[in-house]
Amino acid sequence: MSAAIKTVGVCGAGGTMGAGIAIVAARAGFDVICYDTADAALVKAVDQSRAFFGKSVERGKMSAAERDAVMARLKHSTDIGALAACDLVIEAVFEELSVKRKLLGALDAVCPEHTIFGSNTSTLSITEIAAGCKRPDRVVGMHFCLPAQLMKLVEMSPGLLTSDTVFKAAWDWTVQCGQKPVKTQDKPGFILNALLVPFNNDAIRAIEAGVADAASIDTAIKTGLGYKMGPLELIDLIGLDTQIRLSEAFYPVTLDPRAACPPLLRRMVAAGLLGRKSGRGFYDYAGNTMFGA
Amino acid sequence: MSYVIKQQGESRSFPPGDAFLAGAAARADIVVHLGTPVAADSSKKAVLVELDSEYLADHVADDDAAHANVVGFARFRNGTDAPSPLVELVRMRVTSAAAVASAKAMFESAGFTVVVCDDQAGRILDRLIRPKYNAALRFLDEGLATAADMDTTCKLGLGYPDGPIERVIRGGLGHHCDVTETLFRSYGTPAYAPPRMALAAKRRGEI
Repeated sequence: MSAAIKTVGVCGAGGTMGAGIAIVAARAGFDVICYDTADAALVKAVDQSRAFFGKSVERGKMSAAERDAVMARLKHSTDIGALAACDLVIEAVFEELSVKRKLLGALDAVCPEHTIFGSNTSTLSITEIAAGCKRPDRVVGMHFCLPAQLMKLVEMSPGLLTSDTVFKAAWDWTVQCGQKPVKTQDKPGFILNALLVPFNNDAIRAIEAGVADAASIDTAIKTGLGYKMGPLELIDLIGLDTQIRLSEAFYPVTLDPRAACPPLLRRMVAAGLLGRKSGRGFYDYAGNTMFGA
Repeated sequence: MSYVIKQQGESRSFPPGDAFLAGAAARADIVVHLGTPVAADSSKKAVLVELDSEYLADHVADDDAAHANVVGFARFRNGTDAPSPLVELVRMRVTSAAAVASAKAMFESAGFTVVVCDDQAGRILDRLIRPKYNAALRFLDEGLATAADMDTTCKLGLGYPDGPIERVIRGGLGHHCDVTETLFRSYGTPAYAPPRMALAAKRRGEI
């Protein structure tokens, strides 16, 4: 257990990512305060956490007593003041710079001076987020992957003003949680999304250009490279609207033409083809047929 | 399904000893050209032409109905890695659906996974993966992260069997340079321009 970090706060804990990060921290033995403005979302997250650990017991990964102990370490609140006891607060709120800056400003007023702020942003600049508080030296990028309770990877990024000591403390905490941190510069998309978002757009443009259909592209990628999922299957999974949002986050910052949103993607979203969540994207999940077939 | 092979020189898709070479018949309705000039033969169900980085249209005019049964193909290889199970079939505007179907059935009966694409530079895989490898190599130059951390990120975050840096280096940076130079000539967009590390490797004479 870290000498410096004992209690961890998670903002946006009613969301999928926040709830997952809370599970990671509690499972590693830390006291966790889950904060969200929506009480109903927090209640739902508690139920999901209980169900997750219940399955862990069923699978023999932990005992019932350990499950009870972990659940006891997870506290929930809609009062930001509850985070005053935290040594580390990780935000996983809406991916909007003004929202995150405002939150860090509020946390500044609540948390003690030593508290480290971690941001789970996947696209925004850590330095720009850190500008929302009076302790930019204590702000660290900590990008977990969905679902956080299962995925080991955490992209760790120092902002321009992040102190080495703070970065190391956050890094060590991540390791103590059983995660695998990698260090990246504070650049758009860090490593994962910087490589993935343009690649996914390229796959859409290959359809636009008539190179091949979605199924052929995905089959080629999976068979030729050994990937578990093709890019168009992945876009269907994360949502076509999410791919637009990611493109719109990257392109204005990078001016990389590959990051620009392909017209086909916009047309499909306009038509309500959002992927799995709407039942149809590049594939039709009712009839299991391919878009355009 | 039976096939005849006409070969000159070593095939990139089917290196010496490959089972596909041994499975060839003396006479068949499908002809597979491995490095040999293509001759129009309308009596065949399909006339297959092995491609490297060139277009199928480099071999036969793409508006000549006499070549309706000519189908291009390439078995995907990451540089010097062993060939993958993937065969990309290449069709042109005049290519008949029957010829594509015959070629697909033949390769599938030989145990390959087959996809069909148009006669465009890089087909599916090189068109999609080379810009990604270029980006990864550029990120490495710019100090975004170490090669190990980039590869780890892709393996843990995306479930890839290997990372982009280890794969492109394993396949050969000189080979990557050759492929991207061809793609860059075709598409003219910066994403395909050979990156510094690949250019330097080629100038050093590396494969």
